[in-house]
Amino acid sequence: MTATTFDDARPVSASPGLTREEAGFARRELNRRRLRAFALVIPLLVFISFAFFAPIATMLHRSVYNPTVVQLIPDTLAKLQSWDGEGRPDDSVLTAMAVDLKRLANNRTSGKLGEALNRGLPGTSSAVKATARKLRQVDDATLAADGAALLLGANDKWASVELWRNVRKTGRTYSDRYFLTALDLERNAEGDVQTREAAQIYVQLYTKTMRIALIITILTMLLGYPLAFVLANAPARTASLLMVMVLLPFWTSLLVRTTAWIALLQTNGVINSVLMGVGVIGEPLEMLFTEFATIVAMTHILLPFMVLPLYSVMKGIDRSYMRAALSLGSSPIPAFIRIYFPMTVPGLSAGALLVFIISVGYYITPALVGGTDGQMISNIIAFHMQQSNNWELAAALGALLLVLIIALYWIYDLLVGADNIKLA
Amino acid sequence: MRIGGILTSAVALAIMASPLAAQELTVVSFGGAYGAAQKKYMIDPYMAASGNKVLFEDYSGGIAEIKAQVEANNIQWDVVDIEVIDLERACSEGLLEVIPRDILPPGDDGVAAIDDFFPEALANECGVGVIFWAVIYAYNSETIQGGTPSTIADFFDTATFPGKRAMRKRAQVNLEWALIADGVAREDVYKVLATDEGQAQAFAKLDTIKDDLVWYDSWSQAPQLLNDGGAVMVQSANGRIFGAIKDDGRPFEMVWDGNVFDLDVWAAVKGTPNKEMAFDFIKFATGTVPLAGMQDVAYGPTRRSGAALVDPAVIKDLPNANIEVGLKADGIFWADFGESLGEKFNEWLLKQG
Repeated sequence: MTATTFDDARPVSASPGLTREEAGFARRELNRRRLRAFALVIPLLVFISFAFFAPIATMLHRSVYNPTVVQLIPDTLAKLQSWDGEGRPDDSVLTAMAVDLKRLANNRTSGKLGEALNRGLPGTSSAVKATARKLRQVDDATLAADGAALLLGANDKWASVELWRNVRKTGRTYSDRYFLTALDLERNAEGDVQTREAAQIYVQLYTKTMRIALIITILTMLLGYPLAFVLANAPARTASLLMVMVLLPFWTSLLVRTTAWIALLQTNGVINSVLMGVGVIGEPLEMLFTEFATIVAMTHILLPFMVLPLYSVMKGIDRSYMRAALSLGSSPIPAFIRIYFPMTVPGLSAGALLVFIISVGYYITPALVGGTDGQMISNIIAFHMQQSNNWELAAALGALLLVLIIALYWIYDLLVGADNIKLA
Repeated sequence: MRIGGILTSAVALAIMASPLAAQELTVVSFGGAYGAAQKKYMIDPYMAASGNKVLFEDYSGGIAEIKAQVEANNIQWDVVDIEVIDLERACSEGLLEVIPRDILPPGDDGVAAIDDFFPEALANECGVGVIFWAVIYAYNSETIQGGTPSTIADFFDTATFPGKRAMRKRAQVNLEWALIADGVAREDVYKVLATDEGQAQAFAKLDTIKDDLVWYDSWSQAPQLLNDGGAVMVQSANGRIFGAIKDDGRPFEMVWDGNVFDLDVWAAVKGTPNKEMAFDFIKFATGTVPLAGMQDVAYGPTRRSGAALVDPAVIKDLPNANIEVGLKADGIFWADFGESLGEKFNEWLLKQG
């Protein structure tokens, strides 16, 4: 790349043989062209910032920003500041909570408070909602005078220290607790980070997701490499037919392909019937709803992502290199390993990266064929999005996944080098 | 000029489209045979009677989409068929409109709505009951070995009834069943499940059949699993098994012992621009005749006048007839413990058995 392009940054005025006026004209012309080129990419930039950066930024923000409790019960939290964390807070705090709850009951947001508090302490949600309902009828004067007693009378959970600690903990606008949860950690009463006492699943799921993604990447390499080699070296007619066969599943709906695997793998499915028919096995093998099913189905679905970059790289390799190696006395296998294979590494890297990154975030196939032990991190993110409604935790889990992928890409860059990736 | 022309026609289109959109009501429900019955008895008659157009769409439950629409202030859905287990949460979070009780029409026999509806159907101010439905288990009478299962304990008894069991992959119902099978009285189930010891007890009971369990994600997979031999006993929504027996002639048997029953209700999404029409539709769809139509898919009507119209041959297959041996799903309990037990359930799934 030695040709001078219009965005070449060399100062024009330094060019020999130009008058000052000519140089100025050239510079203006250059700027105009730059501006025009930039104008052409503006739509793309706008699109990327809206469709890519904005959602990711929102997700990252949501994972640390929890304004719900602060917005809903500001007075109670202000009074709670002076509480030492031991024993029941004094009556002014309880009264403030009673007044806040009545207001929430009337504008129908007590459920929001209940849900936010419930995350830190399961069982709080019903206490908050039931108390709010009871306090709705009480008039303001009684509430101001007698709020604490009314609160304690409505539900005995209000007497528990644990509940108030949780109120204070969730009453912070910015917090790292969703990230801690995503790593199976939590803060204890003293504020130190410790292993989470409730369920511990996320680290295990990340590890498992990485392991499955790695197995799938290796399998697509083993299957895709010979296939791409045949494709790249076959006569044109055969090659285009094979290419269609590689691409055909690519054009079929993902759901159809996954369902086809269900039909093949299920207890009385095609594979079991054939194996039992020829007498290889006595009773049906269990293949569906296992990690095996997830790996097989995903390997099949992601194979084109490995084959296509490999094919395009192999297509560009001049055959005379191999011929030269052979005619200079190398035997075929060392020639392949030392001459051909290194030239295909950029395609292999691109394919491996594509397959790995896509499979880390895969959702639908594990959900359909994975059963119990074929679940991946995306399935639990979906659980928090759709069922538990804990979008903050889902965002934290997603953000960690992003960090993990970036970290892996960085390691990969150190080992293989990012310029060694070639898609075509 | 060309861009100007396109803009003008786009504006014209938008102007033409907007009054049309205002006449349309979007109603969302669960699809399948249930959706078809709702279309036949509620949507189509309503369109014919009112002249309004109704878009009838499917979703798979949960409140995530409703929450997203309300938070973004971009309401796409007007009326939603929602499970009571989600209703409690959606209503107290202000995602649904409060439906005034006085708009509901009396039954066809003239009894006032308040007295005609079963109390559960009007228990939450944001919803009006559509159906009673139940989670039961079923087996294939041709392939079952070891006799005829008749209790929840039999579902957990792999020694007497060998073979795979299929359950929906979630904590709900499974934990209740584990406790019932372990000898906890039905009325104490939720009290026990609220304690750490009770939760441990439920998971320990599930552990005993872990190796024999098959998991699925959507109710439609249940009859399919029973049919293709993937499991010998499946947990299912009662209507799905009823449909497989009635329409496809499958040799399936339902076991009602320990059924966990619940309601579906019609609710209106908070802030819908078509609130009047949404209420109008809910009024129509919760009338005696439309509700009685739900018997086609073996879901029970939520008002007495509707229950009176049920074909006597179908009555035994309705959840209404089996409430005595069942357990009402506790929406308040699951609002409290849905997330923490969901996490524990996932942790338990991950543990190698």
